[in-house]
Formats: sequence, C-alpha cells, structure tokens
Amino acid sequence: MAKKWEEMTPDEKQEALFARWMAPKDPAGNDLKYQSPKAEKAFKERITRIKDAIQMKKLPDRVPIFVAPSFFPVYYAGITPQEAMYDYDKCRMAFKKFVVDFEPDGNLGAYVPGPGKFFEILDYKLYSWPGHGVPPEQSYQCNESEYMTAGEYDALIDDPSNFFSNTYLPRVFGKLGGFQMLPALTGILEIYGVAINFIPFGLPPVQATYKALFEAGAEALKWMGAMGAWNADITAAGFPLIAAGFTKAPFDVIGDTLRGTRGIMVDMYRQPDKLLEAMERLTPLMIKMGVGTAKLVGHPVIFIPLHKGADGFLSDEQFKKFYWPTLKKVMMGLIAEGVVPMPAAEGHWDSRLAIMSDLPKGKTLWMIDQSNIANAKKTIGKVGCLFGNVPSDLLVVGTPEQVKDYVKNLIDTCAKGGGYIVSNGAFFDQAKPENVHAMVDAAREYGAYK
Amino acid sequence: MAKDLSKTLADLKEDEAVAIVRERLNAGEDPLRILDDASRAMETVGKRFSSGEYFIPDLVYSGEILKSINELVKPKLAKGGAARKGGKVIVGTVAGDIHDIGKDIVVFMLDVSGFEVYDLGVDVPAKKFVEKIKESGAPIVGLSGFLTLAYDAMKQTVQAIKDAGLRDKVKIMIGGGQITDEITKFTGADAYGKDAVAGVTLARKWSGAK
Repeated sequence: MAKKWEEMTPDEKQEALFARWMAPKDPAGNDLKYQSPKAEKAFKERITRIKDAIQMKKLPDRVPIFVAPSFFPVYYAGITPQEAMYDYDKCRMAFKKFVVDFEPDGNLGAYVPGPGKFFEILDYKLYSWPGHGVPPEQSYQCNESEYMTAGEYDALIDDPSNFFSNTYLPRVFGKLGGFQMLPALTGILEIYGVAINFIPFGLPPVQATYKALFEAGAEALKWMGAMGAWNADITAAGFPLIAAGFTKAPFDVIGDTLRGTRGIMVDMYRQPDKLLEAMERLTPLMIKMGVGTAKLVGHPVIFIPLHKGADGFLSDEQFKKFYWPTLKKVMMGLIAEGVVPMPAAEGHWDSRLAIMSDLPKGKTLWMIDQSNIANAKKTIGKVGCLFGNVPSDLLVVGTPEQVKDYVKNLIDTCAKGGGYIVSNGAFFDQAKPENVHAMVDAAREYGAYK
Repeated sequence: MAKDLSKTLADLKEDEAVAIVRERLNAGEDPLRILDDASRAMETVGKRFSSGEYFIPDLVYSGEILKSINELVKPKLAKGGAARKGGKVIVGTVAGDIHDIGKDIVVFMLDVSGFEVYDLGVDVPAKKFVEKIKESGAPIVGLSGFLTLAYDAMKQTVQAIKDAGLRDKVKIMIGGGQITDEITKFTGADAYGKDAVAGVTLARKWSGAK
C-alpha cells in the first residue's frame, strides 16, 4: 500500500509529485486523454527529460528546452496585449500557437496576460494594464508605491492576514474599500455578543464590496475555465507546463508589493529589526502558498521570481543579512515537502549565486539571465539545475546564426554532467521568431547526450 | 565644534548629520555652506558606489538623509538657491514604459552632482523629448526603459530627435535592466550607462564639467 504523505521522506514526496505530473487529469478529474499515442509518448519523454535534469542523478537523453516568454506569444500571434487580456479565446489561441510552433519541452502556460475584466471589476491599482494606464499594445506594468507605511510593521507582524484584508487590499483594489470595516474573525467566540461581529456585513460599503467580489469571482472562474481547458488541450498535445504556481522571497513580498523599493531600502537602515521580524513572520506563509499549490495541481515545480536581491540592489552583506536567510527557509520548507523551487534570477546575480549554493543537490531549478553562466555552473550549478542565459537583446537584434552559436557555446559550457536546460534568460516580450526557432533548433542539434 | 557634516553624511549617519545641520543653522551659518558640504558628501557617496563599496540602498538612503537636510535648510535659503554649474540634462522613461525606480535614481544622482535636470517622468512620447530639447537647449538626453519593448521606443525617440534636426546638438545616453552595447547601436544612442553613477560620468564627460 502507498505510504501516507506524512510518512514520506522529502525524496519520496518529490517522486510522488513527479509521478502525479506524469499522470495528468482533465478538468473533470479523470485521466487525461492524449491526442495520440505519439503525444502521450512525447509528454512523458519531456517530463522525464526535465526530471533527470532537475534531479541530477542521471543524464537526460538530451538537454531539455524551455521557452519562457512574457507577452511574446501575444505579439507573435499578431494580437495586442489588450486583446489577450480581454478575450480569453484569443489568448488561448495565441499561447497555443506559440507552444505548437516552437515545441518547447517546458512552457509557462497561458496565464501571463490574466483577466482584464476582473482587474476592472475590482479597480486594481497595483498595475496599469493595456487601456488602463498603458497603451493597448503594451504589457501591464507595476505601479510601485508605499502600500504599507513605515509605521505599519507591527500591524503586519501581529496578524498578516488581517493586515492584508483590512489595510493592504483596500489600498490596491479600489472596490475593496469595505474590507476596512471587517471585524477580526478571531473575536467570534460565543453566543454572548456574537451577532455584533456581523454588523459590518449589514453596512452599505461592505455590501458593495461583496457585490464586486461576487462579480470578480465569477469572472475569475470564467478565466480559470479557459485556462484549465488550455492546459488540458496543450497537455493532450504532449506539452508539459514548467510550474504549478508561485511563491516569493519574503524580502520581495515587502519590497515589491508592500513597502516598495525605496521604502524597504530605507527600512534596512531605520528599522532593520522590524523588517527582519516581518520577513520571518511571512516565511511560513510563503512556504504554505507554494506547497499548497504544488499539492493541489499535482506538479512539483514552484516558481519564485527573484527581484530585489540582484547584484547592485544590495551589498553582499545586506544580501546575507536581509535577503537570503528567509528565502532559504522558504526554499528548504518547499524542498521538505517534495516541491522543487524554481527561482528566476533575472538580471545579474553573479555575487549571489555562490552565497545561495548551500542547498541540497537535485532539488532546485534556477533561471539564470545575465549572470556569468560558466561561474554559475561552478557554484549554484553544483547543486541545482540551471536554465536560461540566452539574452533578450540577442533574441531581438541578433541573427539566427549568432543565436545558434550562443546556444552551442552554452551547451559546451553547461551541459556536461547534466543539470542544464537551454532557455532564454529573462521573460521576454519581443524577439525575432527566427531567433527563438534558432535557440530551440540549436538545442536539439547540439544537445544530445551520447 | 560640530563634527564634519560631509563625512557624517557620506557615512550615512542620519541622526548625527541632521543634528549637525540643526546646530550650524542655529549658530547662524550661511545655509549655502551647509549645502556645499552636503554636496561634497554626495560626491563621496557616488565615488563609493562606483568603487563597489556602496550599493543602491546606500544611494537611496543618502537621498533620504539629504531630503531631511534640505527641509531644514530651505526656509533659511535666500531665493535662487545654489547655482547649477553642471549643465542641463533631460531625462525620461520612454513611451509605453512606466518604470521609474532606475530613472529616479539617475535624476537624483545628476541633481546632487550639480546638473539642472528636466525630469519628464514616465511613458514620455518622443515628441515631448524633442519639444524639451528645443525649449531648454539641453545638450544631453537620458532615455530610460526597463522592458525589452523600450528598445523600439528608444530607437523611435532617437529617430524623432534626428528628424527634428537636433541629433547633432545633443548627446543621448540610455539605461535600464535589459540594455547592452548591442542595444545602444540598435537605438542609435551615443552610449549606455550601466548604473546611475555611470550616467553621471557620461553627462560630465559630455558637458565638459569636472
């Protein structure tokens, strides 16, 4: 009989998640029907190839290939980001064309554009999106600000969920103002006075907020229906998604969405202890977020976009004190539950990769952008699988021959001994399609392990 | 005797630096001399950043301390304030891109380095750069962009400057996360700065300032 989850070792849990990834379900929960036996074979070969690269125990049959775009599939299909965000069918069409045309071993799904109407219903302020602050032909972009003030660390530390619901969410969603009036749910204890806690739900601003939430929920469900169908469709055609979902480094949770870049940088000087305490408080929540998604989806890989720890953004000393300890705890928490953390180190992380190398082998998957890949191979590459390093500028202004040479050189430098996947290094919007083809073709041509 | 403001500020000791400014103002000192010391401190901060001793948080924090000092000094300052001797620079994030963090740091470093900076903000259409060059006569333009989509907008901005017959009158520098030498060539700009201090160095070189 199969072991219970709680009785499994981390290795067994990882194997169990890989096994679930290899046996996909359709949206109704039944075993997925592949388009053809050939598609089924290709799907399983692709996952095996990726798994071997990640686990670093044996060599894959060849170097796997990821293509990890941002809005590139949208432009490639000849539609605008605005169309992709508002017309879910067009979005599906664009991302399917992208996967079918380039045939990567791993793709990121069709989630990038997201549901425009949903953002509108809730009046999302954290981003400007096509038609709402940026032109229809541009991708959405973040409006960084101090959504949490310097004096609110104690409120966040005391009760992160309550801080998010009653303070943070009303600031980033115009329609969630009613949440400011919500009661603390932990005050609902016994019959005496219990009804008092529910008074806010009778008030017009709270009711207006819930009305918007019902509408937003229905739109999110509609979008997810489209995405689920896309996943089933593309999986049936033999193409696996790289990741199940995402979580974040606690430093980036505070630096990206709560305090902003300037805010967190000043906090490092003015109130370092509060900042450290808040990051510790967020750590178990970030672990739960990643593990929960991986187990729900049945897929071991969880994406972690790395932002404010890049070279230059902090000194090595600051990185070791503020960025890495809680990120490492998040990663170790994921690994303990069989999850494969996939940090994306966009930009330069040269001096950081060595610092982050104190991790168990065969448990992580790293997106490397402009960091020196040969050095990365000698540090983080000793314990984790690397992908990326094909530069954005080369994909835009280079020639197919230059791309091919670059990939050949990458394979010569990184593929020996396994643990490398050919890929672009930063989530890209623009590229010459022939250059993306050249990247994929070169990986096939030069990537076989003999 | 008050401690050395330049050193205290350059070492990012906020409380001490603010206390020194208060003390000197109370003693009736010329506020311009205080600002001179502060600007020498910022030069040191810039040097430490270039040499890898300081990083972006240090630049940002030095800016915060400087802000506190300016707030103290400003009410005592005669109209006009300190003279700008570095020359004029136009800076903005190109059309379609609304990222401002990198651009703001460049504006800040140019400002504390004595340049008269025209900050056009984010998502700046090419024609707005052209108009500002005509209006201000600034000989240096800085184009910022974080997205790969900014490559085209930068190229179009440089082209618009050319079409307006102003290309020979300005030097153009670009900067941002995905900018390289290849992209500099692609856009037709004169150079790119890998960080804010590199941008200041370019501006100094082009303006002939020390």
